Amino acid sequence: MTETKNAPFLEINDLKVEYFTKESVVHAVNGVTLTLEKGKTLGLVGETGAGKTTVAKSILRILPDVGARIVGGEIKLEGRDLLKSSEAEMRQIRGKRISMIFQDPMTALNPVQRVGDQIAEVIALHSNESAEAVRKRAEDMLEMVNIPRERYSEYPHQFSGGMKQRVVIAIALACNPELLLADEPTTALDVTIQAQVLRLIAQLRDKLGTSMMLITHDMGVVATHCDTVAVVYAGSVVEYGTKEQVFDHPTHPYTIGLFGAIPNMNVDERWLHPIEGLPPDPSHLPTGCAFHPRCKYATEACRTGEVPTVITPDGHQCRCHNTDAVLKGEGK
Amino acid sequence: MTEYQMKASLNQGKVRKSSEFLRVLKQLSYNKIAMFGLILFILELVLCLLSPVIAPYDYAAMDVIHMNETPSAAHWFGTDDLGRDILTRILFGGRYSITMSLLSVVVSLIFGVVIGSVAGYFGGWVDNVIMRILDIIQSLPGMLLTIVVSAALGNGYLNTVMALSVNGIPAQARMLRAQMMRVRGSEYVEAAQSINCSQVRIIAKHLFPNSFSPLIVQASMAIANRITMCSSLSFLGLGVQPPAPEWGAMLSGARQYIRDYPHMVIFPGLAIAVTVLALNLMGDGLRDALDPRLKR
Amino acid sequence: MLRYTLRRLLWMIPIVLGVAILVFTLMTFCPGDPAQILLSGSATDEDIQALRDNLGLNDPYLVRLGNFLGNTFLKFDLGSSWMTKVAIKDEIATRLPRTFTLGIISLLISVAVGIPLGIIAAVNQGRLGDNIATALALIGASIPGFWLALLLILLFSVKLNWLPSMGIGGVKYYILPALTGCTYGIATLTRQTRSSMLDVIRSDYITTARSKGVSELHVITRHALKNALIPIITVVGTHFGMMLGGQMITETIFSIPGMGSYIIGGVNQRDYPVVQIGSIFLAIVFSLSMLVVDLLYAAADPRIKARYSQSAKRKVKTK
Repeated sequence: MTETKNAPFLEINDLKVEYFTKESVVHAVNGVTLTLEKGKTLGLVGETGAGKTTVAKSILRILPDVGARIVGGEIKLEGRDLLKSSEAEMRQIRGKRISMIFQDPMTALNPVQRVGDQIAEVIALHSNESAEAVRKRAEDMLEMVNIPRERYSEYPHQFSGGMKQRVVIAIALACNPELLLADEPTTALDVTIQAQVLRLIAQLRDKLGTSMMLITHDMGVVATHCDTVAVVYAGSVVEYGTKEQVFDHPTHPYTIGLFGAIPNMNVDERWLHPIEGLPPDPSHLPTGCAFHPRCKYATEACRTGEVPTVITPDGHQCRCHNTDAVLKGEGK
Repeated sequence: MTEYQMKASLNQGKVRKSSEFLRVLKQLSYNKIAMFGLILFILELVLCLLSPVIAPYDYAAMDVIHMNETPSAAHWFGTDDLGRDILTRILFGGRYSITMSLLSVVVSLIFGVVIGSVAGYFGGWVDNVIMRILDIIQSLPGMLLTIVVSAALGNGYLNTVMALSVNGIPAQARMLRAQMMRVRGSEYVEAAQSINCSQVRIIAKHLFPNSFSPLIVQASMAIANRITMCSSLSFLGLGVQPPAPEWGAMLSGARQYIRDYPHMVIFPGLAIAVTVLALNLMGDGLRDALDPRLKR
Repeated sequence: MLRYTLRRLLWMIPIVLGVAILVFTLMTFCPGDPAQILLSGSATDEDIQALRDNLGLNDPYLVRLGNFLGNTFLKFDLGSSWMTKVAIKDEIATRLPRTFTLGIISLLISVAVGIPLGIIAAVNQGRLGDNIATALALIGASIPGFWLALLLILLFSVKLNWLPSMGIGGVKYYILPALTGCTYGIATLTRQTRSSMLDVIRSDYITTARSKGVSELHVITRHALKNALIPIITVVGTHFGMMLGGQMITETIFSIPGMGSYIIGGVNQRDYPVVQIGSIFLAIVFSLSMLVVDLLYAAADPRIKARYSQSAKRKVKTK
């Protein structure tokens, strides 16, 4: 066994993932390094297309067969590298030790399979119980996510969006996973249901003692649910620390921009402050710091070469050449 | 809705269509296999249309000395039972098979558009009656319908074109009707109505242009099938009559010599298969190009 | 579901009536006088006129149509062939089973070979297995059936002398016609299965299944195939119709006394009753197979099943 006692629960080292087509290569994830402690929640924040989902799918190794390639790095679960595990070992991990809640509940459920059976399938795969016991556990799971157990035999098309997402959550939590990957679990839902679903996830997480990686682009969600935060831009972590560190002392210009895009209720502001420019085309990333074309602190050094990860005065990580200037607010 | 949004919404129909069309063409041009099919088909078409100039012999000239000859330098594909050069006849035959198929697809398209738009525009009982008639036509297997219509209309070039096209009309009409129904409910038509655009203008400027591209695609995919149908008809002795060198008719004539002179059977059939293959390659490429999931 | 099926069966009555009128009308437009064809060249004008009277050809169109519909649908008298004088119902009783058997055999082979081939192609997308399957399917879809029939005769009957090239008898006689019939089916089913499997494999719920730890084999067979089945069923259905049509020519080439060769013979000899009744029977077989397809949809997809039940209820209410 390669597992070591002192290894962190989940450790991602320098993960690199590419998508390729005939014409181009998309650098979706470019050297992401993260750790997650047992029972904690890590927020992964960033714009659409920043590579957050790709990181989550890489952990489960469920990237599409054709067109996706993990180029390098390590993903260690309690010291054991998942990227070096066999497919059979991975099948034991998927759904059992690590499970995932998907972004779009409308498409995440199999339309021709009964809702209850979709929950029962994951239970049956990872336990040796009898068919009746499995069914009972699946019904219990339905009840746990506030769906009457009588609806076991219905099909996804008979469920509302919020209910479907609760079924997806039930599937993900059915085997008491140690790690839950929640990929924007509320984006596709009505605003009124979003809070409800998030609360449900948080309750179940606390009850089962699960670690969680919560992918979102909503700083408010991070504030309520996460212990640590990683801000992702163009496939790289640009700022990484505890929630308090990142929220109280945002240091990367991009993070500051993200906060600027949230209306501040305490100050009478006429305008929001969106981040200028557009996210980069991941098949033609800018050289140097990927954020430099949009950055008002950008200097000559940002345009080429590697960007160093610096430790800010309060002790969290930030990938920027000009943290001093940023902290003093010396932008152009 | 602000004026700006309304304009944007109105334009959406037009802009989307032209850019969509260009995108499809561009996608198609990337696809080497599809382009190979297209070039092969065009090459065949040109060769067949130029047959009076380039064909080595006269397609009807009999030559009793050189009957039933296997392929040679003088007769690349050999000669038939009357000593006629098979290559020449295949080239001339293509003029029938290919042009008849293309024409019949156009005829289906025209009838389909008229019938489909009448049904889609008037709706109500007109739509109902038309749809039920189409149901009846479509409840006959396509080949049977074509054979019966061909028998009713009689032989000859134009009659056969008509017979071939009947089979394709219902699908085209249904497609246009469905498209019109879909477009009718779309936002940019609503926007046009809201600024008091006349019905006629809406149909001409919005409904038609937006309904057309899937129709054209369906039509171009139908050509391959029509080539097979056309030669099947003349193989059965319907459609174009001997001594006209239609490919199916050539096969029909050669059938009795299959035991002794198989080359007579092989070459005309190969001509059909190669043409259909070229069209299928093109059709596959077209479908891939239209597949929104392949958009990059 | 039962209500839906019944409604569809009832709906077939006007459709079949429409087919009868359509085919009858088309046949009256046929150039060439059946009486003349029947009596051959030596007959006098009087003989021809007498026969025309006898066959009812001199009656006005509407009278003839009325007689035809009345005889067929009220008295269930299918008449007899003008050419051979044999009762059409006897002919059909022997011919329809042959056509149906040949059609079903071809269809079963198409499904049994085409769907697995399509799955193999989709699972190996872009690799050698896919390329071979796709190329074979493309060629199979491009070969016209009647030419394939001739090539098969050339190879297996003329050159190798293994199989008979015409007529009916034992199982041997059905091999070449079935091969002819299933080639196009295998090709189209392979292509359709491949493309709908590729569609489905990219869906989110397949990723969900993988994330649950489902093995790749079960992802393909339990999750992907079940969803991919719906467009495949459509192709099986439309293909069966096309095959019934194409089989008319196959039967003619292999001299199989089935419905197809019966109708084509009738067309060539202006034997109107044969063509009319034959077409009606083929239309019924075709419509029934379409109904089976629609019922299979409902079995494959609960959403469609729900829609059928709803529409049946709504129709009843409005009536």
